[in-house]
Amino acid sequence: MAGQQQLKTFYIALAAVAVVGVGFIAFARMRGAEQNQAQPVPVGADVSFEGHVMGSDSAPVTIVEYADFECPACAQFAVLTGPDVKRRMVATGEVRWIFRDFPIDGHPNSAVAHHAAQCAAEQGRFWEMHDQIFFNHSRWATSRRAEREIRGLAEALGLDMDRYEECMDTDRYRARLQRGKEEAAASGVSSTPTFDINGRRYSGAFPYDDLRRLVDQAIAERQ
Amino acid sequence: MNHRMVSALLALVGLLISLYLWFWKIGVLGALACGDGACERVQLSPYAYLFGVPVAFFGVAGYLAILVVSLAGVHGAAEARWPTRAITLLSGAGVLFSGYLTWLEAVVIEAWCRWCIASAVVILAIFVAGLVGERQAAERPGG
Repeated sequence: MAGQQQLKTFYIALAAVAVVGVGFIAFARMRGAEQNQAQPVPVGADVSFEGHVMGSDSAPVTIVEYADFECPACAQFAVLTGPDVKRRMVATGEVRWIFRDFPIDGHPNSAVAHHAAQCAAEQGRFWEMHDQIFFNHSRWATSRRAEREIRGLAEALGLDMDRYEECMDTDRYRARLQRGKEEAAASGVSSTPTFDINGRRYSGAFPYDDLRRLVDQAIAERQ
Repeated sequence: MNHRMVSALLALVGLLISLYLWFWKIGVLGALACGDGACERVQLSPYAYLFGVPVAFFGVAGYLAILVVSLAGVHGAAEARWPTRAITLLSGAGVLFSGYLTWLEAVVIEAWCRWCIASAVVILAIFVAGLVGERQAAERPGG
């Protein structure tokens, strides 16, 4: 066994590493929470919103997705599974897809991304902006200039930038986004992505095959 | 400071790096301190999961095992060879796994996650410490 003095030096070094490391992680966690402090909803604001809808009203299956643009798992789902969902479920008339915003506390750039998507929706381009935001997740999610990066995405989409900037400046969807999130949380949503498939709730970034199975099951239950 | 102490210190560093990446992956932290978004690109890739479990979690488990073995070795008899052998074997497996992940970063994902590289360097250093310990044990009379 090592000598007492050597052991003492060793444990001091071990404690120093532990303090620095744990401190760093705790600071990262605190900073994330501080940057995303909730602000009060303005009184009288229009906060009722069903969500962004894609697909036929007569589709046998309705899927409500609760997602956060900064959430890595949501981006993974959008990039890997999203294209198949659109092509093989929504376009075929099987699924009506509803996207509901669920910006997570601790994700400092979420608010600006979700607000930008609402501003794109004003111009009828929500789903394109949704894809831009998720497919370019790594460009803005950790950037200190997220607003500028996302503005670049809006510009690349060809949005009317005067209208976009006016929308972003007024921050007019903040209340609706917050209320939507509160309602979702009250209904039991606690992680993203969460999916309500014909009223039945599932969580996780499903691969297409798993989602296909759940949709087939929902269709079978309707018949 | 002997090789087991060095191994324990390095294992703690690796454990903290893995915890940081794992916490981010499960949504406990805000943004990753990475600079250019490459860490997120790597962490968002399909290769960031193994058997449905975040890869960072395997790092947490592996480094924790090395830390425990190293501490047992620090407090055990210097002649006992099993702690050194266990450190070498565990870190050797870690080096192979890290090598595979680094290859994925370089060739498949084409993005460099600084924290992952730091972890790869740490596990390699632990392996070297293990080899040094093995050599010292072999040179010891009766070794």
